Amino acid sequence: MAGFDGVDFLRLDALLSDEEKLARDSVREFVSREFLPRIQEFVRQDGAFPMDLVPQLAELGLFGANLHGYGCAGMNNVAYGLVMQELERGDSGLRSFASVQGGLVMYPIRTYGSDEQKDRWLPELAAGRAIGCFGLTEPDFGSHAGGMLCRAVRHGDGWLLNGTKRWITNGSVADVALVWARTDAGIRGFLVETDRKGFEARDMKGKFSLRASITSELFLQDVELPEANRLPGAEGLKAPLSCLTQARYGIAWGAIGAAMACYDEVVRYTRDRMVQGGPLAGKQLTQEKLVFMLSEITKAQLLALRVAQLKDQGELHHSMVSLAKRNNVDIALSVARLARDLLGANGIVDDYQAMRHMLNLETVRTYEGTHDVHTLILGKEITGLSAL
Amino acid sequence: MKIMVCLKQVPHQDARLDINGDGTWIQEDNIKFEINSYDTYALEEALLIKDAGEAEVLVVSIGPDRVTQALRTALGMGADRAIHVNDPEIQGSDSLGMAKVLAAVAKEENPDLILAGLMSEDANYAAVPPMLAELVGIPHTTAAVKVERSNGTLTCDREIEGGANEVVTLEAPCLVAVQSGLNQVRYASLKGIMAAKKKPLDVKTAADLGVADQVGAGAAKVSVTQIAPPPKGDTAELVEGSPDEIAAKLVTKIKELGLL
Ligand SMILES: Cc1cc2nc3c(=O)[nH]c(=O)nc-3n(C[C@H](O)[C@H](O)[C@H](O)COP(=O)(O)OP(=O)(O)OC[C@H]3O[C@@H](n4cnc5c(N)ncnc54)[C@H](O)[C@@H]3O)c2cc1C
Repeated sequence: MAGFDGVDFLRLDALLSDEEKLARDSVREFVSREFLPRIQEFVRQDGAFPMDLVPQLAELGLFGANLHGYGCAGMNNVAYGLVMQELERGDSGLRSFASVQGGLVMYPIRTYGSDEQKDRWLPELAAGRAIGCFGLTEPDFGSHAGGMLCRAVRHGDGWLLNGTKRWITNGSVADVALVWARTDAGIRGFLVETDRKGFEARDMKGKFSLRASITSELFLQDVELPEANRLPGAEGLKAPLSCLTQARYGIAWGAIGAAMACYDEVVRYTRDRMVQGGPLAGKQLTQEKLVFMLSEITKAQLLALRVAQLKDQGELHHSMVSLAKRNNVDIALSVARLARDLLGANGIVDDYQAMRHMLNLETVRTYEGTHDVHTLILGKEITGLSAL
Repeated sequence: MKIMVCLKQVPHQDARLDINGDGTWIQEDNIKFEINSYDTYALEEALLIKDAGEAEVLVVSIGPDRVTQALRTALGMGADRAIHVNDPEIQGSDSLGMAKVLAAVAKEENPDLILAGLMSEDANYAAVPPMLAELVGIPHTTAAVKVERSNGTLTCDREIEGGANEVVTLEAPCLVAVQSGLNQVRYASLKGIMAAKKKPLDVKTAADLGVADQVGAGAAKVSVTQIAPPPKGDTAELVEGSPDEIAAKLVTKIKELGLL
């Protein structure tokens, strides 16, 4: 963990601009110095995030870093991806915090919101003075969010919301919940201030994964909202799905960070660990595992970088993001499992990172479109036949 | 008010170092560099003064192309302007040669305050800042652990032997070389990094500064003849036992050696 210097076998650094490298290095240093020394303390709690770091995260510009205006840094998508990578090198919970705030709350307000909504929320969210959450998933509808039961009905000039959202990151610490609900005209997005009457958030406990992240259930019972709280530009399921494309893009990079953390740790460990009179790293079986890890990380980096370029050129198709998310999370999980294996018994305690990342990545595999859902999205792209 | 901060880029503290072919320095290819940590405190101190009021912060560094990264980081942290003295002829200069280059910059820029780190972590001479002050003809102090300003006077706490502090006052313009730890160094923010793209970074040579004949190995009066890793000792002793036993044995040993 000390002295983490990335993994760059193919000298991809040479393809990055100065700002891209600086952004990555600044976040890397922050994560090493301010976040990682505290991760164990938070992982040992059951769903807690170091909230006192939020002002610093905001100061660094980590919320909505690729958005323009309203106090956002306006970085390109390569820099944004590298930032996500570095955050997840710390912990998937840290990256999730930034992904939700930036990709799932600020992005939709920026894209679908009214000027009044943008002026009110974006500067507050960018500065970390307000926290947001994204409520799409329900107890009975995850992958098939289109089946949602949460309803918004007309109520005078405004709306009345009823329903339950589950698995909502940052639900109980949020000041504003972006709640997706069914209306007579189709699915719409609503900005619900969490102090409204009828809104309640309860934390979900007992998670083996993403323990350093708050996951909540949202209960909405006759929550009254003015029309001004509806996102005017968001019509139908494609709106929340477009947000997910943003967040998934960040995950494709984030997963590389988790994989690099595991790889870096295990290379150091196997060099020092003596078995049968020699370092574990000197054994053929170990080397085969390390080579697999390095190859997969390198391929994932190339994939992410190309997807980033396409995104910056405005030529990214959502199925490309599916390919990158699906592949990179999958290989990160394999890397984490192999690293855990090589650490032996040490690998099962939280003094080492591998198992924490491995368990986190189980969530990352499931959220933002499960591995299999992305398989089916790509399957449809190839064949033109939807199996979803 | 104008503040000039001297920054040096040094090998990253976690870099694996190998000695170069002729045994006079380390191999610099393919290792990572960072801003000398003492200098980051100097920069932070300048930025704190800037945050508190009107100040322009100029960062200056001597070194090859890679130094751009250090200067861009400094600009990303909030410095306003950078000067990069990039000239292969300067290579091989001793501390005095380096101080002459910086003095030439200072004479052009006329800063009210020059801040530098107490020493560089690679060469450890701690010589450039006092030499620079003398060459510019301004007062200086070193090892500052606290810097306070009122009007044209600076009051600095200096760290001296035995953990005591000495308090000195200096009239501006002056130079202060800071000890590490006197403030909490900020990170370059993403917005700062984006803004840094538009900030001026001027590149100069020794000739531009009129000191071409005073720098480089030819002008140096001190030259490094050899660097070597410490010899492998055979005097190390492994103290074994429970933590309590180890502590007791260590105390006995320290007393035996008359260190206590
Ligand atoms: C820690 C954590 C944080 C989260 N944060 C948020 C958040 O902030 N906001 C939010 O809205 N949601 C959030 N989620 C929810 C997440 O997006 C959902 O869990 C995810 O979409 C999967 O839905 P599900 O759990 O209902 O699984 P299901 O949809 O029931 O899927 C279960 C299994 O069935 C498979 N499957 C589903 N449909 C098909 C099909 N048609 N054909 C073949 N196989 C299929 C899946 O691939 C999976 O293997 C979070 C989840 C976790 C674990």
